[in-house]
Amino acid sequence: MVTQTLEAVLRNHPFLADLSSEHIQTLISCASNQRFEKGNLVAREGTEADFFYLLRTGTVALQIHRPESGGITLNTLGEGDVLGWSWLVPPHRWHFDARAIEPVRAIALDGRCLRNKCEQDHELGYQLLKHFATLIEERLEATRLQLLDVYGVPAR
Amino acid sequence: MTAADPMAPIPAQVRKLDRENQDTFTLHVAAPGATLPPFQPGQFDMLYVYATGELPISVSGDPEAPFSLSYTVRSVGKATNKLVTSSIGDWIGVRGPFGVGWPLEKAKGSDVLLIAGGIGLAPLRPALYHMFRYRPEYGRIILAYGARSPGDMIYRHELARWKKEPRTQVLSTVDYGGLHWRGNVGVVTTLLTRLRLDPPHTIALICGPEIMMRFAAVELEKRGIARERIYVSMERNMKCAVGHCGHCQFGPYFVCRDGPVFPYTQIEPWINRHEI
Repeated sequence: MVTQTLEAVLRNHPFLADLSSEHIQTLISCASNQRFEKGNLVAREGTEADFFYLLRTGTVALQIHRPESGGITLNTLGEGDVLGWSWLVPPHRWHFDARAIEPVRAIALDGRCLRNKCEQDHELGYQLLKHFATLIEERLEATRLQLLDVYGVPAR
Repeated sequence: MTAADPMAPIPAQVRKLDRENQDTFTLHVAAPGATLPPFQPGQFDMLYVYATGELPISVSGDPEAPFSLSYTVRSVGKATNKLVTSSIGDWIGVRGPFGVGWPLEKAKGSDVLLIAGGIGLAPLRPALYHMFRYRPEYGRIILAYGARSPGDMIYRHELARWKKEPRTQVLSTVDYGGLHWRGNVGVVTTLLTRLRLDPPHTIALICGPEIMMRFAAVELEKRGIARERIYVSMERNMKCAVGHCGHCQFGPYFVCRDGPVFPYTQIEPWINRHEI
């Protein structure tokens, strides 16, 4: 198996592809490798959102828990996707459960660490906000499409 | 069904009916004593449901299967309902094939990304059959398929089989997964972020609801695929199928004659116009 340095992994992840070397170095100081086995919870609704994850392999289901039936999957994320933006937005708590439905390899980025770095380096903060704004826009658009029920029979 | 008289249907008999999901069936028909003309993947036929009406339906079977034609039909009205409730041996009228199909000659040597939504997988299936038959002539084949729910997916056995084809990637997703679905959930465009594409050497073929196709084309452009390499299959109210009646006019084009498959660059100026 080919192993990559954290720097190479971050640089090659589509979410961060256009970030400067300097900012990548800053991110490395807040980053760590993580693995989650199939069925493991990556995040639990209501708990502190200390991290966000750049997914490298595997699939994570964003779920909401319904007492009578367990987790209902709202969305799945896979290779190249980003899990979590609650680290950026107060009160920094997860809004959904995130569960690995396949073994997952990811880079975890420490939200508290990054928030501090962004306070010190506003350019980094601006760049990250731009990336997350795009991500949020894409997810909002996808959710709207999902709500449209485009495959339903058109009303006559 | 001759070139000389495109308006004259030939009688064909329903030989087999496969249930795809609760409201969608695939009909296999044959024309006893007549020769069924070959079709290009992406072309459509007009199916005449006697005493009820005529419908444009894409041919969904193998373009090189002799003696029979297949059509995947969703029951959404009187004529389609009559088609999907046909009995073996029932007669329908068939005329065609009509229109412009998928650019499979142009796609030779390229990776081919097929994006299908719902029953939009049906007009793409003949293209898949063709590319699997002539596999060395094509690069990677990637199918991204979205459906409303797991129960609404069509060609489920074939999706599993296509995954095993060499240099082929098949991803599927549903808008609503329910409690027991363990696959992907989310609109089909969300699958595109997970693909490793080679944009300059990829041709994209899209078929599904028009809203989905518009969003898919935008997503592909974001991923670096030039508009010139994107093709979409349009759907309009087709009646004569030969560009005379004007029912399917789409800007300066007739979908029945100039489409249903269009290069995205050709229709992009018109696809966002509300008046069309």
